[in-house]
Amino acid sequence: MAGLIAGRLAGLLLTLFLVSVAVFAAMEVLPGDTASARLGTQATPEALASLRAELGLDRPAPERYLRWIGGVLTGDLGTSFTYGVPVAKLVADRLAVTLPLAGLALALAILVALPLGTLAAARADRAPDAAAALFAQGALALPNFWIGLLLILVFATTLRWMPSGGFPGWEAGIGAGLQALVMPAVALALPQAGVLTRVTRSAVLDMANEDFVRLARAKGLSRRRAILRHALPNALPPILTVLGFQFTFLVAGAVLVENVFNLPGLGSLARQALVQRDVVVIQDVVLIFAALTILVNFAVDLSYLLLDPRLRARR
Amino acid sequence: MSRRLLIGGSIVGALAGAGLLSLAWTPGRVSGFRVADRLKAPLEAGLLGTDQLGRDVLSLLMAGAANSLGIACAAVAAGLVAGAAVGLLAAARGGILDAALMRVMDVVFAVPPILSAMMLAAFLGGGPETATIAIAVFTVPVFARVARAGAMRVLKRDFVLAARGAGKSSARIAAEHVAPNVAGDLLVQATLQLGLAILTEAGLSFLGLGLAPPAPSWGRMLADSQTFFLQAPWLALAPGLAIALAVLGFNLLGDGLRDRFDPRRSP
Amino acid sequence: MQNPLTRLARLGRATAAALALLGVGTGATLAQPRSDIVVGMAIEPAGLDPTVAAPVAIGQVVWQNVFEGLTRIDGEGRIQPQLAKSWTVSPDGLVYTFDLAENVTFSNGVPFDAGTAKFSLDRMRATDSTNPQKQFLANVVSTEARDPKTLVVTLSKPAANLLFWLAWPASVMVEPGSAATNRTQPVGTGPFKLGEWRQGDRLTLVRNETYWNAADAPKLDGATFRFIADPQAQAAALQSGDVDAFPEFGAPELYAGLETDDRFETVVGVTELKVVAGLNNRIKPLDDPRVRQALMMAVDRASLVEGAYSGYGTPIGSHYTPNDPGFRDLTAVHAYDPEKARALLAEAGYPDGFALSIKTPQMAYATRSAEILQAMLAEIGVTLTIVPTEFPAAWVDQVLTRHDFEMTIVAHAEPLDIAIYGRDNYYFGYDDAQFKAAIASAETSLDEEKRLEAYGTAQEILARDVPALFLFVMPKLGVWDARIEGLWHDEPIPANDLTSVSWRE
Repeated sequence: MAGLIAGRLAGLLLTLFLVSVAVFAAMEVLPGDTASARLGTQATPEALASLRAELGLDRPAPERYLRWIGGVLTGDLGTSFTYGVPVAKLVADRLAVTLPLAGLALALAILVALPLGTLAAARADRAPDAAAALFAQGALALPNFWIGLLLILVFATTLRWMPSGGFPGWEAGIGAGLQALVMPAVALALPQAGVLTRVTRSAVLDMANEDFVRLARAKGLSRRRAILRHALPNALPPILTVLGFQFTFLVAGAVLVENVFNLPGLGSLARQALVQRDVVVIQDVVLIFAALTILVNFAVDLSYLLLDPRLRARR
Repeated sequence: MSRRLLIGGSIVGALAGAGLLSLAWTPGRVSGFRVADRLKAPLEAGLLGTDQLGRDVLSLLMAGAANSLGIACAAVAAGLVAGAAVGLLAAARGGILDAALMRVMDVVFAVPPILSAMMLAAFLGGGPETATIAIAVFTVPVFARVARAGAMRVLKRDFVLAARGAGKSSARIAAEHVAPNVAGDLLVQATLQLGLAILTEAGLSFLGLGLAPPAPSWGRMLADSQTFFLQAPWLALAPGLAIALAVLGFNLLGDGLRDRFDPRRSP
Repeated sequence: MQNPLTRLARLGRATAAALALLGVGTGATLAQPRSDIVVGMAIEPAGLDPTVAAPVAIGQVVWQNVFEGLTRIDGEGRIQPQLAKSWTVSPDGLVYTFDLAENVTFSNGVPFDAGTAKFSLDRMRATDSTNPQKQFLANVVSTEARDPKTLVVTLSKPAANLLFWLAWPASVMVEPGSAATNRTQPVGTGPFKLGEWRQGDRLTLVRNETYWNAADAPKLDGATFRFIADPQAQAAALQSGDVDAFPEFGAPELYAGLETDDRFETVVGVTELKVVAGLNNRIKPLDDPRVRQALMMAVDRASLVEGAYSGYGTPIGSHYTPNDPGFRDLTAVHAYDPEKARALLAEAGYPDGFALSIKTPQMAYATRSAEILQAMLAEIGVTLTIVPTEFPAAWVDQVLTRHDFEMTIVAHAEPLDIAIYGRDNYYFGYDDAQFKAAIASAETSLDEEKRLEAYGTAQEILARDVPALFLFVMPKLGVWDARIEGLWHDEPIPANDLTSVSWRE
């Protein structure tokens, strides 16, 4: 199995390398650069040329790529053109918002979906099942940025129970920080909860028909207990797989939700960096997003192997 | 025909019908600007009122349906064709080509679609092509994986082995045996991807990266309506509900189709 | 309309009030005026050095607060002395002798003197300078620190606007040792210095305890700038008290609601932001003045302001605002008249109109105005296609540098920048000898009356030739806590000068 994992890891690195080349090339062909963004309507050809020389943008592309990727490999993410501070600091500040947000959303989604999906499976084709299906379909269909807008309009603008957006910073206290993330997390979690409810239901139902669950029931276990004790634990691997897949959507959704709630997260950094043509920041952020996506999927595969003895044996 | 298939089909059919109708006729104005007609409440002017430029909201929703469904269908169709080609090719040839193609798919899949769409919009300048390409690109790896997995499964079956033994060419095998067996999976996936495509298009338009004004778009209607919410809540509610309805329709349709093709896997 | 949400809100507020009576809640201490302020801005500055980058947001944070100039502009647009206490100008207008303030130190302890002033100006006009307003000093022949408190600037020809230009954010005084790091660690002579900048979110300023100008010392201990792009969020932040002031509120349609709220003071002021739809005068059919005039006459500026800015904003007939010296209202030169516009188009050879594309930045004012222009031009048979163009990067590349556009729309933020129409090869592609002569006369004239007259002529030439569709001056929708005083009402230059801001007792 070690060989298998090593092979997969090498594949991961290759994918990341290709992503880095792709994003660098993409930034090369974009119209305008950080110099034009900085000078705006006052840009003259001479000023643009001086600024490009000052920033090293006049160097050949391969040289700039190597300097960037060489830095990344030695742990130096470079310096932002816009802010003049290390990208590592910018990214760390933003991850301190985006990761808790994604985590909170994921936790909320699991908290709702696991019980609901299991309940739906236990009472398949009866009222709870129908209710769960209705919830799942509804949650899946609602755009998360729209949910965010409505949450703001109801709970912040009208009722004034919640902050309307922005982030006070963790130094303002865990409570204040979490409060700012609650509504965005709900908006982000709802569609996830929809997906997870459906997956949980079908996975548990699949397992409920497996022999070992039937056996447990034959031994006198009630259907409810049989499902909780035997079907649910065994249904976790497929649920995990879907969670891994959903991570990409979670991150993508975060870009929109951060926009709606005015959160200084990684998505809003990427957006702003793109407008300013702060290429080093974009390249780093895309690489980080890609690495996160790939690593999470890898971790899911790995845990799949560890959780499912049958699969392990087969390989 | 299952209930889901029926409901989903009716919703999608109604929206598509409204969209098609809007190309020929709308109950009110979808372009132009008239100060006197601004922000009229539902029923006061038209069934769903008017927007900040005095255009009829119901008509905008209809025209928005044409644009949103059009972009979603075009994007998913493009993604389906490209993805299926990649997946089948990878499965049929195997070896290095398979590894290389699937690696490229991994690369595409690794970059969140909103990020790649933002870069694409900066390059192409926003517009229907931008949204279509951005969504299509993201669906390619999904279809490629589905097609490849399906093809691999079929290629190992006895009847394919028998056909190969009988001396049939790979092309004939692909056309006669593989394609029909993968088509169901792809169709189900395409329907589900259509729902996602509607959501993604709305998100892109919401960020100002979708259709250029004045072409009506549900996502941009939502974005434009934000600041008018207290004066004109219908402006934010109507397009949001339209998006939700469209996605719901496609999801139900996809589920219903899955029931048909693969009853065991239905949730 | 009794909406259930409003009722719920009322209930919520009533509960909150009851809780407050019971002493629950934060319980603000009475009669102690606050000594800090939270100012909201829509756009975060890209770096903090106004001498190397053009975005106005930079000046709106650091100008007058952190950095000061030889001269400054006050809230009414007048030029005032600052680090230069006084000055004398030679009779031929070529030699400026500045008498500098003494005992001035930068916030890092380095003293300010004529040598520093010379360094700042020389840095701005150097060959490899990236200062966005480098051309201000184009006529400077030499700078000399005659003694520590005397700076002499010699020009090749008179510059009537020199004292005005020296007051700009781009002309502030910087210190040689810290100039290179001003983008992140600004060091100036101003009443505040940088506290912390949390990129993407907020920036704090703290009082500069060693500030030189006792007469103009700030009343506040510090200030926080928060960056909130979304107007809905801006309104909510004001309502919740998270932000005390939005000197430039983002959404006119939400402004009316704030105007009726007693907790806020609302002041609609005038800015220098001229929204103009630039035309590419190089290409057919826009090279024909009749076509450009017809386009101008197809635009009902009052309705445009109504639709794009809820009626706030002032229509203009030239690239000039009512703030600017010698302003003339020229909106009547090509007043709204679609009949005449159609006739003029026919005369120019386009009886059936033509198609045109407009490169439109993603900002709300631009997109909205473009949509309305599209509807208005359709009335005279001109089909306008909106092409979203990312501002600034893509716009600068395509429109400004490569002149690859037909029409565009952008707000020009620089005060008194009518001279851009005389710039060689600027994006409009407008080249008129008469206009250039008028500008040259205005900029070199030592006689105030003649100078204003020349600016008047320049305005009239633009209004006649229509190198761009002159639309409106953006309003400054100011809104702040009613207890705050000392914020600027108008915006003669983009700024948030906090020097004299205080809270009423």
